[in-house]
Order: sequence, then structure tokens, then C-alpha cells
Amino acid sequence: MSRVVVEKKVLNENQILAEQLRERYRQNDVFCLNIISSPGSGKTSLLERTLERFPKDTRVAVLTGDIQTENDAIRLARAGFPVKQITTGGTCHLDARMIEKHLVGWDLGALDFLLVENVGNLVCPSSYDLGEHAKVVVLSVTEGDDKPLKYPSIFFKAELAVINKIDLLPYVPFDMAKARENIQKVHPGAEIIEVSCTTGAGLDQWLNWLEARREKAIGAPVR
Amino acid sequence: MHELSIATSILDAVEREGKLHPEASFKAVGLRIGEVSGVDIDSLTFGWEAITKDTEWESLKLVIESVPRKNRCTQCGNEFAVRDYEIECPACHSLATVNLSGDELDIAYIEAEELEGAEA
Ligand SMILES: [Zn+2]
Repeated sequence: MSRVVVEKKVLNENQILAEQLRERYRQNDVFCLNIISSPGSGKTSLLERTLERFPKDTRVAVLTGDIQTENDAIRLARAGFPVKQITTGGTCHLDARMIEKHLVGWDLGALDFLLVENVGNLVCPSSYDLGEHAKVVVLSVTEGDDKPLKYPSIFFKAELAVINKIDLLPYVPFDMAKARENIQKVHPGAEIIEVSCTTGAGLDQWLNWLEARREKAIGAPVR
Repeated sequence: MHELSIATSILDAVEREGKLHPEASFKAVGLRIGEVSGVDIDSLTFGWEAITKDTEWESLKLVIESVPRKNRCTQCGNEFAVRDYEIECPACHSLATVNLSGDELDIAYIEAEELEGAEA
């Protein structure tokens, strides 16, 4: 019996494509964010509020993943920025090939931000690198403060956790201090921003984070 | 459930290695899976059995090493396995630690037997 040492990532093919995408983003000074959450956490609402608040001349485009429907793209397109839906036809995550395919026809040189809304799922998307600069996880207060411990992989990988629907805090048994502590247990040093897409609380902080994180990644502010 | 896609990726890798080593008969694939990789080992094993059933790879076993999460202390540099989300450094008791590993999803090796008469 002999051993062939392979030493490869299982998702090696995805990784190669992700690196190619990262290189394209680098060449074009595009900042790419991969936004991940469970269904119903308000990821699409967060993106809607974000796009509404962007100045009209912001060079931003959105790719939004869904297993079946085009609803999210229709909602997001109202803000007037380019949006494409990626319908995965049953697959519970986006992969780098889907991103590559859906970027066809878009001039990356004309973009500063590429926001990718992953399929609503806290587990599977965390395994697939999309060439993004950072992963963001969105968690809503209706989901429970132990979610980071139940689904550690995405909290382990996400630089930022956005805690959404904080306007509902008086009505749900969500312990914010506990949630923050649980996020830090899984990912010491992870950033946390509390928002409400209904009242607008925290959205300025989130937009500032986006801008600052882009500047850190690209090394220059938006033109 | 993405373990089926992951099983498929493993099979793709095995088939590629098989073409590179036509003289070998593969017996096992060694995987390293981190405990915060988000991959469920039971689902993966189940998915693997499902996609290899009635194929030439049916007898190919997955040998899975579960890799614990590791952190590094930013105060004293100690590297330690994290159990039950206990991120405190066991050497200096600092809480200032950073994630080091634990999200592995790697193929480490393939175990093979030379086919009889195929020795070069
Ligand atoms: Zn220490």
C-alpha cells in the first residue's frame, strides 16, 4: 500500500476561480463583499436601505442569489443601480463559477463596489470563496443570541456581523450582550454593527464601515 | 446541505488523480476537516456513499480526520486548541487571542495499491 500525497483543498477548482476573480477585482479597484445570512434575516432589506442611501452616482452593482425566484433582484433594482439575479436552481450556495458567469457584460472598471447577496443559508455559503474581500454575516434579533455557536463556520469567517431588526428587541428574548459575547467566542475581534432597516438606526455606521473597508482593501478612497 | 457538492468535488479530484496514476488502485482518500468548516461529516459520508454506489469507486473509503479549532494568543504567542469556545489562553490567561485554523477542508492523501503486473 502506498500513499499519494495530494494536499489540495477539496474545493480546489472553486478556489482557482475565486483567485482569478480576486485578481480581476484588484486590477479594476472593485471592492467585493459577500453577504451571508439565514433566510428572513433581512439581508435584502439591508441592501435596499444601503442602495437608497448611496449617492446616485455611486458606482455599485449587486449580484443576488436565490434558489428559485427573481424577487430580490426586482426589489433591489428599484434603487436604479445594476442588479443581476443568480438563480441557483436548487443549490444552497453561490460558487465562484456562478459569479464569473454573471459578471459577463458588466464593465468592472466602471464599478467601485460589487455587493454579492448570497443564498439565504448560514452553513453552505461559508465554504465557497467567491473572490470577495470580506464576508459579512447578517443576523436578526428574531433568530436567537446562540446562533453564532450553532452556526460557527460563518461567524468564524465573517469580518463583520450585522445584527439586524434591533427595533424588535423589546419584543423578543434576544440578549444583545450574550450575542456579542458568542460572536467573540467564535471570532475574537470580529466587528459588530447593530442596525434596524425599519428605523434606520445604525445604517450610517454600516455605510461608513463599507466605505472604510473598501478604502482599506483598495488603498484609495472612491474617486 | 452542501455536503453532496463537496462529495462530488472529492470524486472529481479522485478521478483526476486516477488519470495521473493509471497503475494504481485507490483504496482510501484521507480528508482533513476543520471543526468550524461548516461541513457535517455524517452528511458528507452519506453523500459520498450515495454518489459512489454502483461505480468503480464504490469501495473507496473516506478517512476523515477532524481538525480542532486553534487560536493564537496575541500576548504570549502560545498556540492552543480551542474547546467548547473557550478562547482564553491556557498559558497566560489572556482573552486576546485570534483564530488560527479550524476551517480546513482538505484532501491530504490518497492510499493506493499497485495493480499486479503493473510495476514499471
Ligand atoms: Zn497567552
